[in-house]
Amino acid sequence: MSGLSLNDITKTFGDFTAVDNVRLDVPHGTFVCLLGPSGCGKTTLLRMIAGLEEPTAGAIVLDGKDITPVPTHKRELGMVFQSLALFPHLSVGDNISYPLRIRGASRDAQKKRTEELLALIHLSGYADRPVAKLSGGQRQRVAIARALAISPKLFLLDEPLSALDAKLREAMQVELRQLQQKLGITTIVVTHDQREAMTMADLVVVMGNGRIRQAASPIEIYRKPADAFVADFIGSTNLLEVTTDSAGRAIVLGQAIAGLKLPAGASKASLSIRPEDVHLDMPGKDAIGGTVTFVRDLGGTIETFVEAGGASIVSVATPRERPNVKQGQKVGVVLPPESCVVLPQ
Amino acid sequence: MRREPPRTLADYTPLAFPALMLIVFFVIPFSTMIAVSFFQRNPAGFYTPDFVFDNYARFLSLFFAKVLGFSLMLAVLVAVCCIAIAFPFTYLLTRQSRKMQTVWLVCLLSVLSLSEVIIGFAWQTLFSRTAGITNLLVAMGLMTEAKALTPGFGAVLTGMVYQALPYTILVLYPALVRLDPTLLEAARTLGASPVRAFLNVVLPALRNTIVATLIMVFVFALGSYLLPQMLGRPQHWTLSVLITDQAIYQSNMPFAAAMAVFLVLISLALVGLTLMLGRRENAG
Repeated sequence: MSGLSLNDITKTFGDFTAVDNVRLDVPHGTFVCLLGPSGCGKTTLLRMIAGLEEPTAGAIVLDGKDITPVPTHKRELGMVFQSLALFPHLSVGDNISYPLRIRGASRDAQKKRTEELLALIHLSGYADRPVAKLSGGQRQRVAIARALAISPKLFLLDEPLSALDAKLREAMQVELRQLQQKLGITTIVVTHDQREAMTMADLVVVMGNGRIRQAASPIEIYRKPADAFVADFIGSTNLLEVTTDSAGRAIVLGQAIAGLKLPAGASKASLSIRPEDVHLDMPGKDAIGGTVTFVRDLGGTIETFVEAGGASIVSVATPRERPNVKQGQKVGVVLPPESCVVLPQ
Repeated sequence: MRREPPRTLADYTPLAFPALMLIVFFVIPFSTMIAVSFFQRNPAGFYTPDFVFDNYARFLSLFFAKVLGFSLMLAVLVAVCCIAIAFPFTYLLTRQSRKMQTVWLVCLLSVLSLSEVIIGFAWQTLFSRTAGITNLLVAMGLMTEAKALTPGFGAVLTGMVYQALPYTILVLYPALVRLDPTLLEAARTLGASPVRAFLNVVLPALRNTIVATLIMVFVFALGSYLLPQMLGRPQHWTLSVLITDQAIYQSNMPFAAAMAVFLVLISLALVGLTLMLGRRENAG
């Protein structure tokens, strides 16, 4: 198969299992985000793909060829490090042409390719500048250009945007995604920022404790999280407990919710509902009764915190659909069953 | 914190103590030596104050030119050998665990506690015919019969490199520890083999450190007068040996002073040249 396959990769450091039996198929040209809290093994996994760490068990297969025993410098890949690792003693142009020089490309070919890449990252004419004279975003782009100089089979990035300020990071996310689409290169990005993953990825791989918790498209991860860990990590969510009563109805916070089904045989489960799916209404028979504890008006969105049956529920609305409630007001919380995701406990 | 340039005389007071120390222990002795180098030797006593160039004139001979040339060559060779051994060693040391690094550094520091005389005698024994390392080579069948390696140029070089190596490592260590390891990893992901990555990335990134260390070891080796005498033949004696000889055994202080001043000037010129070349390359 064309693309990258991770076949049951495990990595242990002494007693600690950093990556635990990871199996993943990445079709050619896919943009993958490895997402998870720090210490979940995502960086270790990326370093194994790059050949900078050796897996304890398992095989890494690229385009049908087992590359597990191939040393890093023969894997023909491009990698961007968190620290960027630009060579301080070389100019921008020499940094970008370094992989070409190593491979013995002619001076003209090096120059031509460097100029192409500089144009690609909108830094034409910067070839002779020392890297120390560049701004953070420019250095970022030089590191990307250097990694792409040989048109690698794999493009790996380890928390590439974490050093940039929030505004620049958002802009670079879009730029990186557009660049990847233009080049059609298989790309794997490690990040702990779920917004970044949602912006860029075709395939989001959520990791926790060295294991893959869910691998799916961003929208599927958001709408249909596989478990409470994923639901909680991606975006914000309300996690509530669901039980069944004698009549078999699903009960949330003492209120029966018509149309909500528990998995067969289970009498208890968790329910995840996104804040934007929670509706606030007048207190009534079909709604969960609660009291508004706080209203956070952010201008663009309004977050309403409701205390109901011992749990705290967050509802997000736009000013247009303004719920028009005040702190201390009694409200009815409506959970539309089609927006509820029931998760096994 | 922003640093303001000193404005009033009072701002310079923190400099008073080091300045005083420098004057008492460096400027005054060195000026005395320069003055003595122009004095006339008095065979009956010590020297009589005068202003003659005899001492410098005597120095300008083929014999002393050869000795000076040999001294500089030896010091350069020691510096280059030290860097060639210490740099890869220190680099590998910084990749070890912290505990391992501490053990090695303590061992190196203990070498520094050895006196030059002890080092000289130890190498004399190691290079001797009767008890030296050649006996080991004979036992291993690599040599037909044991022979003495001292006195000789190789013995002088080995002894001096051995003595200067711990200093070299201790000077290189902090710079290598601070080196970002991802630079090397980046070079490897870009297609450089580990050796090539080391040559392309680690060496250039530490160029200034290496030049500074070279100069330090060079100056250190230039002053060595004991090991060349203990491990070498007269033709391996450095200018420092001759200076000691003139000053202590021949009681010719003015001539010794003239040679010392000359040696200082030559080494300063060489250090200056090295720095200038380094700066030009950096700018280019």
